[in-house]
Amino acid sequence: MKMPVPDSGVIARRREIVSALRAIVPGEGVIVDESELRAYECDGLTAYRQLPMVVVLPSTVEQVSQVLKTCKEMGVKVVPRGAGTSLSGGALPLADGVLLGMGKFNRILDIDFANRCVVTQPGVTNLGISNAVAHEGFYYAPDPSSQIACTIGGNIAENSGGVHCLKYGLTTNNVLGLEMVLMDGTILRLGGKQLDQGGYDLMGVITGSEGLLGVVTEVTVRILRKPATARAVLIGFPTSEQAGNCVAAIIAAGIIPGGMEMMDKPAIHAAEDFVHAGYPLDVEALLIVELDGPAAEVDHLIERVAEIANAEGACYSRVSTSEEERLSFWAGRKAAFPAVGRISPDYYCMDGTIPRKALPLVLQRMQEMSDKHGLRVANVFHAGDGNLHPLILYDANKPGELERAEEFGNDILRLCVEVGGVLTGEHGVGVEKRDLMNDQFDQVDLEQQQRIKCAFDPEGLLNPGKVFPTLHRCAELGRLHVHKGELRFPDIPRF
Amino acid sequence: MTETTFKPETAAQAAEAVRWALSEGEPLDVVGTGSKRTLGRPMQTAYTLDLSGLNGVVAYEPEELVLTAKAGTPMAVILPMLEERRQQLAFEPQDLGALFGQPAGQGTLGGVLACGLAGPRRISAGSARDHALGIEGVNGRGEVYKGGGKVVKNVTGYDVPKLMAGSFGTLTALTEVTVKVLPAPEDTRTLVLAGRDDAAAVEALTRAMQSPYEVSGAAHLPAGVAARSGVRAVAGAGAAVTLVRLEGFGPSVAARVAALKEELGADAVLERDDSLAVWKEIRDVTAFAGERERHIWKLSVPPADGPKVASAIRDVTDADLFFDWGGGLIWVAVVPNSGSSDAVRRVLNGSGHATLVRAPEDVRASADVFQPLSEPLMALSRRVKESFDPRGILSPGRMYAGV
Repeated sequence: MKMPVPDSGVIARRREIVSALRAIVPGEGVIVDESELRAYECDGLTAYRQLPMVVVLPSTVEQVSQVLKTCKEMGVKVVPRGAGTSLSGGALPLADGVLLGMGKFNRILDIDFANRCVVTQPGVTNLGISNAVAHEGFYYAPDPSSQIACTIGGNIAENSGGVHCLKYGLTTNNVLGLEMVLMDGTILRLGGKQLDQGGYDLMGVITGSEGLLGVVTEVTVRILRKPATARAVLIGFPTSEQAGNCVAAIIAAGIIPGGMEMMDKPAIHAAEDFVHAGYPLDVEALLIVELDGPAAEVDHLIERVAEIANAEGACYSRVSTSEEERLSFWAGRKAAFPAVGRISPDYYCMDGTIPRKALPLVLQRMQEMSDKHGLRVANVFHAGDGNLHPLILYDANKPGELERAEEFGNDILRLCVEVGGVLTGEHGVGVEKRDLMNDQFDQVDLEQQQRIKCAFDPEGLLNPGKVFPTLHRCAELGRLHVHKGELRFPDIPRF
Repeated sequence: MTETTFKPETAAQAAEAVRWALSEGEPLDVVGTGSKRTLGRPMQTAYTLDLSGLNGVVAYEPEELVLTAKAGTPMAVILPMLEERRQQLAFEPQDLGALFGQPAGQGTLGGVLACGLAGPRRISAGSARDHALGIEGVNGRGEVYKGGGKVVKNVTGYDVPKLMAGSFGTLTALTEVTVKVLPAPEDTRTLVLAGRDDAAAVEALTRAMQSPYEVSGAAHLPAGVAARSGVRAVAGAGAAVTLVRLEGFGPSVAARVAALKEELGADAVLERDDSLAVWKEIRDVTAFAGERERHIWKLSVPPADGPKVASAIRDVTDADLFFDWGGGLIWVAVVPNSGSSDAVRRVLNGSGHATLVRAPEDVRASADVFQPLSEPLMALSRRVKESFDPRGILSPGRMYAGV
């Protein structure tokens, strides 16, 4: 994985750049000490590390605007960062770049129950929003597993999902408005407290743009009333194929569960050994299906799900009868990653999405790959929406194992694309999957996406080296050869 | 105006037409069946790119919750196909045929996405944008490209399909669209509150939306609009009618209807057939289909501001109006010349936005049909347009001059 070659000319001007930043953000808002910079050297994808040239921590939108404008004028790259929980290296610093930390934007600005929305600064955590509205029985729906730490600004950048997103949507489906700053310092407002925005759906393309288009300085999200009740059913199957069929049958019956998770045998065993959730150990696949909503609905549907499971050959089924029991069902799933961490020195978490019907094939091929690479794999799966999280087990201290784990991971993601799926369902491309983009998209597809980038950031200074495998100059991408009169009149139906 | 219409049957043919237009410097009016052609600024092109020949469902997999179809596939084909498997497009796409004085059922899937239209369920299920998973289309360089994917959960690369929603063909001539489909509700009931004024009605709708009963429709029809309903229980109220829809599984709907009826003090409950009928009227704005001379505005505002905005509109023009989306969507039918053409938009004062959905061609040529954007936003929109269509070949000016 190669990052853009650092510009030694920029690094040589470090002192000048730092003093320009200090003129905008005074005092401790500009960090240059190596020991302090160390805190920013990586995000959740810890295999890649790089000290930034300098860190700047603005606290107002005007400062963000000035920082970006100044960096643009000086030709300096900028990497935006929220809480740094990205699992794909979206906030990996650059040796010749300014790291722009948004941590000081940590206030909720307006809680508006009448319009069912919250206006907040981007550095507020995902869970912080839900906590701020919980006293009235509301919450913010997307719930990435890092929700205690990850910020809403980072969620916008990554279009974060979570366990409940099949029913309640990803970040993009829950954002109403944004204030953002472009690389040239322009401050823009998009959307607001109303449902539709005017003009192009720029909010749609900014959400999930991994910090390449602009820096978000204010967010308006919609909040929902908490479901009155939730119950879960734990269902075990002798084969993962039957578990997959059960998921399909539940959806075919018109049921969209609040959560629907699948674990394979290695994941079940690791989780059970760790938290003793009471999972059955003699099944090949385990489903957790959670129904939420009005009590009458949940009671009705939990019965139907149990019936469907029996019809699909379930060999184990347990319906939660109390809130404690429901939470215990989830305890194992939620601890699956650390549980796998106990049985292996290191693990590498993948994030492809597949059409669900391809699950048996994908699991079988993954087993073959596991044998080929000589590394074990455990699977947890957002079964409702086909989002796989294979956990590849390896030992970074054994020479070559990290590289083999990465190769194994790449093979899995190529397989996801091959069966009609995609490289990433919720973790983002970042640096991690950047070089696989050509497997999912043709050159022409990627060039069109890069031209969108040019509309926002023509010099390519904002978070370069992420998402796109090859960097092109905007002038080159914009070139258009038109040969007037050379094309014959198109030979297509006309009237 | 149009001299020649190209009607490609494949994406490659569509690309060929765009490359020809590019080489001649001739802009194209990009259309499907043209059912919403009068929505937007009038086009002045000599050539039309008609995408209705790109017709056919490519893949429908109910259990994957995904449907892929050629962009010109009629909604009249797609909707019954979904209905047969008890599924739907949850954003409740509008059919504006009647409003535009045309037959109903003429639209295409590509047109629904390109116009970004959604019905009453917008409040709970989102809009067309929220259900667009993937696209294939021809950009203004004459290249066939794809964006997004064909699975329900995907964050790989930029979310290009969202950018297509509400772009009115100005960025890409869509050739194929993949959408998320969802189960259709087993049952539908509607609570009716009679005789509430706008403020009391929106207050009741707000309480309904704040409740845990999963409301999927929240509308208020002032007396004059309610009287035009084809549903007797609505028209016969002889007063304003406030409507709250509850959908889902039978036992769940029954329980929620009982609880919310009590909480809101509702006067009546519409059963399934009446419910379906009245929400279809609201979705398609049929109350304003007659009186063809009236200009129709669509206002999207913060829901709680709805009554205030409505009152300001009534102060400056002679208008009929009704509310959907819990007060956040106001449909306004204005008597022409009863105020300046922009009076409706000006009452918003920057909070929310207004679209002139129906007006004669000369009015649409001179007034801003879509909400004017702030200068920096307009500049960015122009650059985004250029990134897809550098020579302004695809429906230039349909949304904004220079875009």
